[in-house]
Amino acid sequence: MIVADRKPLDEILDSIKDYKKIMLMACGGCVTVCFSGGSKAAGLLASQIKMARKKQGKAIEIIECTPERQCEYEFIDELKNDIESVEAVLSIACGVGVQTMSEHLPQAITIPGLNTKFMGYPVEHALWEERCAGCGDCVLGWTGGYCPIARCAKKLFNGPCGGSSDGKCEVDKDIECVWQLIHDRLKQLNKLDNLTVVRGPKDWRTSTNAGQRKIKFEEAML
Amino acid sequence: MKSASRLEKVLTAGEFAVTAELGPPQNSNPEVIKKKAQYLLGNVDGANITDNQTAVVRMSSIAAAAIAISCGVEPVVQMVCRDRNRIAIQSDILGAVALGAKNLLCLSGDHQKFGNHPEAMNVFDVDSMQLIAMVKKMRDDKQFLSGDPIKEYEPKLFIGAVENPFADPFEFRVMRLAKKIRAGADFIQTQCVFDIDKFSRWMELVVKEGLHKQVYILAGLTPVRSVRALHYMKNEVAGMSIPDELIKRMESAQEPKEEGVKICLEMIEKVKNVEGVSGIHLMPIGWESITPVILERANLLPRPEV
Repeated sequence: MIVADRKPLDEILDSIKDYKKIMLMACGGCVTVCFSGGSKAAGLLASQIKMARKKQGKAIEIIECTPERQCEYEFIDELKNDIESVEAVLSIACGVGVQTMSEHLPQAITIPGLNTKFMGYPVEHALWEERCAGCGDCVLGWTGGYCPIARCAKKLFNGPCGGSSDGKCEVDKDIECVWQLIHDRLKQLNKLDNLTVVRGPKDWRTSTNAGQRKIKFEEAML
Repeated sequence: MKSASRLEKVLTAGEFAVTAELGPPQNSNPEVIKKKAQYLLGNVDGANITDNQTAVVRMSSIAAAAIAISCGVEPVVQMVCRDRNRIAIQSDILGAVALGAKNLLCLSGDHQKFGNHPEAMNVFDVDSMQLIAMVKKMRDDKQFLSGDPIKEYEPKLFIGAVENPFADPFEFRVMRLAKKIRAGADFIQTQCVFDIDKFSRWMELVVKEGLHKQVYILAGLTPVRSVRALHYMKNEVAGMSIPDELIKRMESAQEPKEEGVKICLEMIEKVKNVEGVSGIHLMPIGWESITPVILERANLLPRPEV
């Protein structure tokens, strides 16, 4: 899932300071699961904004809504009429949601209320960790299921580097050395040979280096 | 001969090699390099010119290497993967060789978190292993990484790599050394040895695999000036092993600088007796003036004629 984190309240307040009526657009997808952008988060943020604006003597009207997914135009197009009654939309979805709004409901400006962080999963309740960098050429097959691109601070293909110590990364003792994990898992699978091969340089064209990426599913094209 | 550098000649002649670090300044003053080069001139077989070590911006290692060459000191140019992509690295390799470089040390590079621009984006387009293989391909196959031919003047370099016997997982460190040899490393400089027991255990495994016959291994040594330096390395630098008795010894020393030199001299004697060690690499971390003193007292001067 996509994991996002709310922007600081001051930054949000500054970004909507010119508006008296906004729509606070939550999302029922990933960001609901990670607590940053669901209907509950919207309710909380709306009260915080209203209180702050009241203190400033600049009251603000906020319409809250939570489409099932902000990143699919079928779910947001029905809000077209409501959009026309507001000056701006404050989106607490991921960056994809914000852009879907901008492209499909351009009548109002859409402002991000979240910082989209990564693709990951909750390793325990309320703790999410990055797992995938969307590099476009999956290596998990030979790494025993641990991703060095998303999880190694140097994106090494032939790790671990000399900074791996007691299973931790030199960059932060709270980060596990993914190359230690790769090593241990392959050892357990009796596949340490995977690590004796010198892995060649990655073709980064599959990643974010060759312009915007597209996927076309021919069989489903209308 | 791969590059016919002095370092290569010394090692292939079976002599005990000596390299030492020369750190470029955080400014554009060539005199700093010239002064430090004087400490090393005639005293070492190669001067490692660090490449923005600990991710602190300094004069370019290649520019500093060119100044060292003009002073008669043969550089080991360090090249990290942190700051350049494969295009810039290959370009810089051609430039370094054109300026007279004959040795290149391939490293991934300290993470930018530790330097003075922690907000920087890192590159790591290739990693150190891939860098080694890329330099070998340029030299031996006369090809760029892309496969395009280097029609003439291919970069003839004696290829160095590093290994840290003190990092984890310990047993994999020997496998990784073997991998660097397969990728194309001609010589290895290790992380600073303070824990001679762990280093010896690692070397035993290296010798058991016969790797010491496929690559020249230079033991990294750092003379320390104070116990503070040891504390710092023990607590702040990941993958360092500093025995407690060494800390106690420096703590109770009347003259810490002299004690640091003595410890380094003892360490030189110890690593000389470890099977498979072909030389030492001194890393005095900003204390370049001590290098000739240590080498003199260790009876490693004058350097052999090759």
